[in-house]
Amino acid sequence: MTTAASIAADIRTKRTSAEAVARRTLDTLAAVEPKLKSYISVFTNGPRSAIEQAMAIDARIAKGEDVGPLAGVPIALKDNLCLDWGTTTCGSNMLRSYESPYTATAVQRLVDAGAVIVGKTNLDEYAMGSSTEHSCFGPSFNPWDVARVPGGSSGGSAATVAARVVPIALGSDTGGSIRQPASFCGIVGVKPTYGRVSRYGLVAYASSLDQIGPLTTTVEDAALTLQTLCGHDPRDSTSTKRVTPEFLAELERPIENLRLAVPKQAKSSANHPDVARVLDETIAAYRAMGAEVVECDLPLIDHGIAAYYIVAPAEASSNLARLDGIRYGHRAALAKGEDLFDLYCKSRAQGFGPEVQRRIMLGTHVLSSGYYDAYYNTALKVRRKIKDDFDRVFATCHAVLMPAAPSPAFKVGEKTGDPLAMYLEDVYTVTINLAGLPAMSVPAGFSTAHAGAAALPIGMQLVSAAFDEARMLRIARMLEKATKAGERAPSW
Amino acid sequence: MSADAEKTLSAEYVRKIAALSRLALTDAQVEQYRGQLSGVLGYVQRLRELNLEGVEPLANVGGETNRMDDDVPGPTLSNEALMKISPESMPPFVKVPKVFGDGGGA
Repeated sequence: MTTAASIAADIRTKRTSAEAVARRTLDTLAAVEPKLKSYISVFTNGPRSAIEQAMAIDARIAKGEDVGPLAGVPIALKDNLCLDWGTTTCGSNMLRSYESPYTATAVQRLVDAGAVIVGKTNLDEYAMGSSTEHSCFGPSFNPWDVARVPGGSSGGSAATVAARVVPIALGSDTGGSIRQPASFCGIVGVKPTYGRVSRYGLVAYASSLDQIGPLTTTVEDAALTLQTLCGHDPRDSTSTKRVTPEFLAELERPIENLRLAVPKQAKSSANHPDVARVLDETIAAYRAMGAEVVECDLPLIDHGIAAYYIVAPAEASSNLARLDGIRYGHRAALAKGEDLFDLYCKSRAQGFGPEVQRRIMLGTHVLSSGYYDAYYNTALKVRRKIKDDFDRVFATCHAVLMPAAPSPAFKVGEKTGDPLAMYLEDVYTVTINLAGLPAMSVPAGFSTAHAGAAALPIGMQLVSAAFDEARMLRIARMLEKATKAGERAPSW
Repeated sequence: MSADAEKTLSAEYVRKIAALSRLALTDAQVEQYRGQLSGVLGYVQRLRELNLEGVEPLANVGGETNRMDDDVPGPTLSNEALMKISPESMPPFVKVPKVFGDGGGA
């Protein structure tokens, strides 16, 4: 598989057909899927199969139509993005057979640009998790080492892109769910500024934090996808009216007098030694390109997780209240004498897995009478301070550089028994969602292979000021060219 | 921050939160969540270390505020489409257990 940019160019100029690309994609998918389990549904047959979609694109090209910048490019969607055909499960028994009556704006934009949807990818239930182990369909696996997790919650999307099945997959990022799996799988993952991409049709987890974004193998493909994804949508009241910049226009031009800030908190002794090394190597690589790299202070990084695990569950407990077994989703059978209250309680107990139940209860507790100020309001004050701290850094620096995750991919089952240990995976990503900033993970290096352990990819994270994605992508492109870490594909 | 989370939550309190959350839990689940929720709530107490005096809470990080729409009806999902996704229906209605009287009245 090559990049989305080259596939679209080859299809537009008829060097190949969308159908041929779709057939090859489904073949690759079928070969690797038994090991990766990255999909919940694959569009192999029927009137909306990937091949039928592709043939429709070819027919339009044959008629001389302009089919768009993603003409015939196979893509995968995280299964919390609504599509008006097939199921949208969110990895949950609650929505196991839910067929959305409408399509997410972000998805429609990709379809309108000519993309071919291959399938819906696995995720932690309702996007709550950092390993894709909390899915009612079972875990997905990392193509670099199938004994390890692909990260999460967009783990299926990251695994299938890393395995070179599709060049683009959409994910969603509430506390790191695009960037951490991108780091674990050695690919590029972008969380845009809050408001940049419409959330209409993204099943809500924590509405003030959620953003949709691309997972790709190259920075160029990320820019190409963002160009299509971004833009105002009247159906999302938080969607920005700002004009979307031309992300590709100056992508190849390095930033002159680049100034990067590395938070001293990101040089934590809790980092895996290989992550610490790759951070040092990345700093050295930028310096070698003439950049100035300074240390900055983001004192609340260590408090970000605490604030996040108040704000996100609070919003989740409200958002998921709509799943009551009445209008859609799982409805429990009632015994004689049981009433409406029992219907709610039994449907939700049967429909939601343990991680979702935990977060609903956490949210219910922190919002309950008498605790609101102590928890939620306190977390919102911390949120303000986190944003102010970042803004102070961006007054003098172009971007913040830090790891995307404190360790490379961990083993399947390693953290499932201890929710708090899993939450701490998000230490470098959650503050960015709380501040609403754009950030991305870029492949930057590998762990040291030793007996019994393969070399695993490690991503570095760039964070920029709100709506400064164009410059962030250029800074990422500089690193990509310098390290070539993203060119290595898993060999398996 | 309140003192409750400094110790382990009681099973009774977890049951109360579960009821507010509309979750029917078994005793084993109550026991498991009791420990896990206490752990997380204990962890978030670290926010108490911070001096937050005079800090304005931040709920909305987007720039968009109070966007007004024209008061004009637009296209919406059809009753037929919504009936198709409801777990039990008698079109054009969704069926629910009795709300009042025998077997109802939660």
